[in-house]
Amino acid sequence: MSETTERLFEGADWDFRTLQRVHDACEEIARSELGLDVYPNQIEVITAEQMLDAYSSVGMPLFYKHWSFGKHFAHQEASYRKGFMGLAYEIVINSSPCISYLMEENTATMQTLVIAHAAFGHNHFFKNNYLFKQWTDAEGILDYLDFAKGYVAQCEERHGRLAVEQTLDAAHALMSHGIDRYPGKKKLDLRVEEKRAGERRQHEESAFNDLWRTVPTGPVKSQASLNTEMRRKLLGLPQENLLYFLEKAAPRLKPWQRELLRIVRHIAQYFYPQSQTKVMNEGTATYVHYRIMNRLHEQGRITDGNFLEFLSSHTNVVFQPDFDDRRFSGFNPYALGFAMMQDIERIVTDPDAEDREWFPEIAGKGDAMAVLRDIWANYRDESFISQFLSPRLMRHMRMFHLHDNPEITEGIKVDAIHDERGFRRIRRELSKQYDVGFIDPNIEVVDVDLAGDRRLMLRHTVVKGQRLNEADARRVLQHLADLWSYDVSLVEVDASDNVLKEYILNPRGMAAAA
Amino acid sequence: MHIVDRRLNPGSKSLENRQRFLRRAKALVQGAVKKSSQDRDIKDVLEGGEISIPLDGMNEPRFRREGGTRDMVLPGNKKFVEGDMLPRSGEGRGKASDPGEGDSEDAFRFVLSRDEFVDLFLDDLELPDLAKRKLAQAEGEGIRRAGYATSGSPANISVGRTVRLAMARRVALRRPRPEQIAELEEEAAHADEGRRAELMAEIDALKAKIRRIPFIDPIDIRYRRFETTPKPVAQAVMFCLMDVSGSMTEHMKDLAKRFYMLLYVFLKRRYRHVEIVFIRHTDRAEEVDEDTFFHGPASGGTLVSSALQAMHDIVRSRFRPADWNIYAAQASDGDNSSSDGEVAARLLTEMILPVSQFFAYLEVGESGGHTFDLSDSSLWSLYQRLRAEGAPLSMRKVSDRSEIFPVFHELFHRRGKQERAAP
Repeated sequence: MSETTERLFEGADWDFRTLQRVHDACEEIARSELGLDVYPNQIEVITAEQMLDAYSSVGMPLFYKHWSFGKHFAHQEASYRKGFMGLAYEIVINSSPCISYLMEENTATMQTLVIAHAAFGHNHFFKNNYLFKQWTDAEGILDYLDFAKGYVAQCEERHGRLAVEQTLDAAHALMSHGIDRYPGKKKLDLRVEEKRAGERRQHEESAFNDLWRTVPTGPVKSQASLNTEMRRKLLGLPQENLLYFLEKAAPRLKPWQRELLRIVRHIAQYFYPQSQTKVMNEGTATYVHYRIMNRLHEQGRITDGNFLEFLSSHTNVVFQPDFDDRRFSGFNPYALGFAMMQDIERIVTDPDAEDREWFPEIAGKGDAMAVLRDIWANYRDESFISQFLSPRLMRHMRMFHLHDNPEITEGIKVDAIHDERGFRRIRRELSKQYDVGFIDPNIEVVDVDLAGDRRLMLRHTVVKGQRLNEADARRVLQHLADLWSYDVSLVEVDASDNVLKEYILNPRGMAAAA
Repeated sequence: MHIVDRRLNPGSKSLENRQRFLRRAKALVQGAVKKSSQDRDIKDVLEGGEISIPLDGMNEPRFRREGGTRDMVLPGNKKFVEGDMLPRSGEGRGKASDPGEGDSEDAFRFVLSRDEFVDLFLDDLELPDLAKRKLAQAEGEGIRRAGYATSGSPANISVGRTVRLAMARRVALRRPRPEQIAELEEEAAHADEGRRAELMAEIDALKAKIRRIPFIDPIDIRYRRFETTPKPVAQAVMFCLMDVSGSMTEHMKDLAKRFYMLLYVFLKRRYRHVEIVFIRHTDRAEEVDEDTFFHGPASGGTLVSSALQAMHDIVRSRFRPADWNIYAAQASDGDNSSSDGEVAARLLTEMILPVSQFFAYLEVGESGGHTFDLSDSSLWSLYQRLRAEGAPLSMRKVSDRSEIFPVFHELFHRRGKQERAAP
């Protein structure tokens, strides 16, 4: 064991050999003790300026050019220079090999922390979580971005910068509605289909009853409504992926414009899993780095001093201010995620009676890592919280639920607190806060007036009285109309189909594209 | 695992995006730059700095919702129990659906670098009528691509061209390809005795031919050729004439100096071949260096003609009007001794204006501008008269700091083609 007690580094300085040693030490622990399964790692050392660059292009190493990234850059640079904002210690990219950017300013301890966090924690999550598996292609993303960058530049050369910019502006405005939320149809497998048809026939035969024939059916459908149905079916309506719909059905887009919409849509789709797994992703990475750092310390590979340095930044990362604290800005995903992971470890290894009642599946199973790996692979924030937020943690964080209905003039109601009656309600509401189904407004293309003026009709189903911000909605719809190139209307309807508001916008002329 | 050191990669990957953003926001940024330059010292203008622009037109709209019923789960409960009603704080919360809310968004603040700032600041200014151009003798700069050459420095080898020529030569001379030989060798390996000997002979012949015809021959090599080209250079000289006599108050001197500072920045920044001559005068004129001009104290009586005479002398001795574009900017409070008027007028009309492209006169006054309510100053009325007679004079009055930039802008605003005097 003399080898393992050798220090990885002394003091704060590091060089590339140190990074290699640190990586190998982390890898040993990650693979053998935690059983993680990761993409090959690529570690890139960058400067603060390059980190700022990366910030403005949503963390990706290469991206097409657009003014909005310049705007973010200008803004971030200003707040960084004035000291309002620190920079992240790392950025990690869901690709294979998994690229982690480390800042050169970090001390050796911080580099160890960051390697454990990003190169193993995030990396394992990217490779194993079902959402990432389903929606992203880690091998292909960098090549795709390279293609996108080249394609946009080529379009600018051919069709003019203005025309490309207008198309991208419009596409960006619709980006949050350019996502497929359900996996597409699987290719039919003849044998499986035959089997299913057979089973269905058998079921019909066994359950045959002549009485069914006599049950009255609904009124005969009119020709008009059949036409509508037919049209909607042909256009694939209703469609909530607005960018997809425009790419496929907008009548006057040029092929290159469709390709640009497709690029924006693919990129939005690539980030879709990340937005759904913030708590889990950060929780996983934080839990992993915590385990690895502790183990390294136990093995004597990092000194007590370095370990204290680690603890101090770890504590900063998982700090959760109370709601009435000036620093409060919602739940800290690191804090919540890490607390839940630790809580699950406790439930699995050392449960009490309450845990056994709430989590009979996992309580006392003994192998915390197996349970956690299973959770990391098969849940997203919403389902993770609604399944695994324990009463003990709710008590510990002193959670409460507020219900703010503007029609109740007395004020905001405290609907539930961390007591026996409130646990389930709090858990349900918190999980809803992470449910993409509630986060994004539900807007769909419902119909196109093909016989008339080709008006595109959209519908926003209003939930809980939350209407669209009018100024922004108009701007986005204007972009939509420009792409559709005929009128666009949007109605806001509530649950009982009352129309609350209707927007109609006419297209502006796009810059003439050659 | 790989470790890649990216620190040496060229930085500023966002530079182009930033420029696109600035280009898009140009009108807004320019407005903000001018506004922010009014309330700072001209010297600080050179330093760039933070500006803020309204977000309008630069926003990236998204569908977002507001109002309605909201549910939230928060940490850190201290004393609430189920069923408590918390009063809404202030008005902000309940009125979230107010239509006015959208406009209250903060302005967008960011930092412009020194270069960006000054470029935007001086963007639409130029020296009028920069007509006389000549080939400067010494300045043979400007390197231009000029085709290819058969000799040159190894650094200039044009690989593409060389390889192309080599390929053309190889094709023309029918140089056998390695695949061809490999094919024959393959065949030879499986062929019978007689056939093999035949094939081997053929292979040897081909190999010999390959040796005779090199892959790249020295005659294929081409070098990129560069030529230096002389560039026409417009030479210009700007005379800065400033009155520093006793009648000029501190405020007036401040105004005049600000104006010249701006002029100085503008010229230094935008023109590489502009000479600047500083002349200050009381009842005597002297040519001074830039430091004395802006910072040196002086006082005395007023004789405008002394400055004009000094300028004329300098033009005669140093700047041949045939080669030089001559500009002058004069700042004064307008006082002049009454006997001097005619002398100044004659100097101006006969000596100076005929050789100048442009002559600007800036009259500085007390703050509040009372002085302008009185009758025009002696110099102003003199120049007014000359202008009426058709002399190419531009005249402006300034009595407050904030007017400096607009006036400067008017004087040096880029004019349309037809307005510009024909060269």
